[in-house]
Amino acid sequence: MSDHELIWRIAGGSGDGIDSTSQNFAKALMRSGLDVFTHRHYPSRIRGGHTYVEIRAAGHKVQSRGDGYNFLLALGDSFARNPKEGAYYGNEEIKPLSENLDELNEGGIIVYDSGLLSEDDVSELDLEERAEENDWHVFPIDLRAMAKEHGREVMRNTAGVGVTAALLEMDLEHIEDLMRDAMPEKILEPNLEILHDAHDMVTEEYDFEHDLRIPEGDHEDEQALLSGSNAIAYGAIDSGCRFIAGYPMTPWTDVFTIMSQNLPDMGGISEQVEDEIAAAALAVGASHAGVKAMSGSSGGGFALMSEPLGLAEMTETPIVLLESMRAGPSTGMPTKPEQGDLEFTLYTSQGDSARVVFAPGNIEEAYEQTRLAFHVAYEYQIPTIIIYDQKLSGENENVAVSFLDREPDPSLGSTLTEDELEDLPHDESGKFHRFQHDVENGVSPRSLPGQKGGRFLATGNEHTPAGHISEDPDNRVFQMDRRLEKLEAIRAELDEEHDSNQTYAGDESADFGIITWGSAQGAVLEATERLNEQGHSVKAVGVSDMMPFPEAELTEFIESVDQAMVVEMNATAQFRGLIQKELGRYGEKLTSLLKYNGNPFEPADIVEGYELNVDGSDAEPDAQVRIEPAAGD
Amino acid sequence: MSAFNAIGDEREIDRDEFTPGLEPQPTWCPGCGDFGVLKALKQALPEVGLTPEEVLTVTGIGCSGKLNSYLDTYGFHTIHGRSLPVARAAKLANDGLTVVAAGGDGDGYGIGGNHFMHTARENHDMTYIVFNNEVFGLTKGQTSPTSPKGHTSKTTPHGNAKSPIRPLSLALTSGATYIARTAAVNPNQAKEIIKEAIEHDGFAHIDFLTQCPTWNKDARQYVPYVDVQESDDYDFDIHDRKEAQEMMFETENALYDGTVLTGRYFVDERPSYQQQKKELGEMPEEPLAERYFDDDAEWERSYDLLERHK
Repeated sequence: MSDHELIWRIAGGSGDGIDSTSQNFAKALMRSGLDVFTHRHYPSRIRGGHTYVEIRAAGHKVQSRGDGYNFLLALGDSFARNPKEGAYYGNEEIKPLSENLDELNEGGIIVYDSGLLSEDDVSELDLEERAEENDWHVFPIDLRAMAKEHGREVMRNTAGVGVTAALLEMDLEHIEDLMRDAMPEKILEPNLEILHDAHDMVTEEYDFEHDLRIPEGDHEDEQALLSGSNAIAYGAIDSGCRFIAGYPMTPWTDVFTIMSQNLPDMGGISEQVEDEIAAAALAVGASHAGVKAMSGSSGGGFALMSEPLGLAEMTETPIVLLESMRAGPSTGMPTKPEQGDLEFTLYTSQGDSARVVFAPGNIEEAYEQTRLAFHVAYEYQIPTIIIYDQKLSGENENVAVSFLDREPDPSLGSTLTEDELEDLPHDESGKFHRFQHDVENGVSPRSLPGQKGGRFLATGNEHTPAGHISEDPDNRVFQMDRRLEKLEAIRAELDEEHDSNQTYAGDESADFGIITWGSAQGAVLEATERLNEQGHSVKAVGVSDMMPFPEAELTEFIESVDQAMVVEMNATAQFRGLIQKELGRYGEKLTSLLKYNGNPFEPADIVEGYELNVDGSDAEPDAQVRIEPAAGD
Repeated sequence: MSAFNAIGDEREIDRDEFTPGLEPQPTWCPGCGDFGVLKALKQALPEVGLTPEEVLTVTGIGCSGKLNSYLDTYGFHTIHGRSLPVARAAKLANDGLTVVAAGGDGDGYGIGGNHFMHTARENHDMTYIVFNNEVFGLTKGQTSPTSPKGHTSKTTPHGNAKSPIRPLSLALTSGATYIARTAAVNPNQAKEIIKEAIEHDGFAHIDFLTQCPTWNKDARQYVPYVDVQESDDYDFDIHDRKEAQEMMFETENALYDGTVLTGRYFVDERPSYQQQKKELGEMPEEPLAERYFDDDAEWERSYDLLERHK
């Protein structure tokens, strides 16, 4: 595949402009007709430290970061210069070059800033020797000097882009357009000069012995480059969500800031509050008063939300919560992805829980399932949670603009108007029976404070139809059964009225299955295609419905294969546990492929897991992934 | 046409409308100060021209949390310490509503202390009544944030080593713009203060002294009271932050010496949070909740935002 695709990695220190440069370059690739997928790797620091962004671009659909990469632009970490001897974060200047070499594919290109990285440091890397072994093409270029000549040193990013474009024989047109849109006049001119100088210098001075060129591609429809956080925020906006409350925490902050930057201009309200308990409680309060509301956090902050989450369940107040996972436990690795909060999200808060949990697997699903989450929350008066992770949050993919060209859905679901309220049951004092016993699907329509004839008490205690606190045994059983009945109704609606939320790939008749969930999906689907191209017979499913569980679909899938491997980014096989709990069997049929080192799966990891499963070989898997045998093995 | 026609309803209101039907009977003990809050609210709400359906009462947990079970408004009985974040969001979502939040001293000054500080700071337009009986009641008499130093209970068998919290001073420091203390044993003053608090545009905090006949040995802990506005012994300007602060300090010290001072302590005209948000264009002029019922409302789409992503 690597012949037909570019995987460009730009590496530097946090604060060196890696993000903005890569964002523009990804857009330029998209505009030239390619499908793109980006992957961000960064430390939990403001400035300095080894950081990179990878952009994969091809003329065909790309669903993951791919395997390794084939173009390194190493800018050097400008914040690590003159480190104190022995300082904890010191001596990292060379890292953007040295740390990345292991993953560079054969035949790859290396461009490094010879103006920033000293010859002594580079010579310690045995670069020449390794380049010969791997057929790498190395271009030491003084990007810093080029930047300084026309502007400021920090513009060496632009020089790097110019060099990249030259080496790939890529037209500068899209890059220039994007620079014009993004930069004020004062810095635009020097940047354009740097871009052209770098491009011309490389074109004139170097022989192009490398094979890598910009891939060819063409889009039928106009494309937009969206992150998972964009997709979730836009799904919420299109669902009529006009209230968000939150507290910053990586990686949830992305959605929170996107919403905060847009909602006020759309007549909505965004609140940054004192803590996550307050944030989720605000969402409950706003929704109770009749506005579509959301909140969210990442693991540690989500832990604080368990109280208001339970309150929403008991009072049947619709809310949408986001759980953007990062590696745990506790504060864990703030900027690294993991799928370790599944069980926590499913069972957070006390009592028998009725909530809905969706786990989108890519950018388009993130948008779709956010809309679905709002629909389900307001129709069934139940909290819904979207669980995703740092990977999906930060990755960017191109999406057809037409995909987002949809009507907004400002419906408040099963909420009554004053006219409708008049005809419904009230008690002697005029209180509305907000929590009726006998209603279809368990859903008892609600009134809103300020409406005539809708007065009731919402309470986190068990309560009667009018909302009075009650410990009457018969009432308790009625109310509990009714709240839980909603889950069955939601499962039925998902099965009957919506296309499956699960994504399938591979050979339908295969007797080996791969099961995954959430953001691990892209690498799994791609690996499945690759295995089939190699002559194996494999099929895969990416599951998005965590609760209620798609029992029938998963049963059918597992029944149709002899063996299945569950792929997820955690150490305790949480999703495999969920499958076995929900289906009550298949312990002997399921193995796990686990990765929890802070990096997302690459397709090659999954191919390797498949081989180990099928061969039953004694070979140890790569230390970064782990096979968990089937029960009884 | 509005979707919330109860809001702004100007008919004559009989205070009995704020009393639920036959059930439920209050679970409060005979002689409990909470009856005083309930009575004062039932009198105050119709006198400021409110109907039951345009009022949302939001309560926490504890004996105080039951307030809206016995008061017939729209009610939200939330969870321990969390009445304020629920209440302020409801007000932001529909600022036509009159929002009254209530909780106890454990609920409001202990577990909900952080929310108290921030809601006061932001100056949300609402009334917050804290039932202060210096003890956890519903969990059977444990020491609370307002229990005196030396207070003995099952959780402080050797006496409370902590000094009590200073609710009035805390409200002032945090940024509340109406601060008063009243007592269940003084129903007329309580009613008048509640009326002022509801009509105040901003965060109005009432530290409401409610005697606990069951868990505080002296059931008459808050008598006799002194009204600082009525007494000739006290003279301070309630609009002057410094004078108010000194008076609060004296009041908070005196309580534990057996002198119960009550009254208005501070009134400030700082614009409410809702007002400031509107001025910044961060909150719509019309109640946000109305928009969902407006068939002519135009809903901007994320599609409109795509230009920057192309």
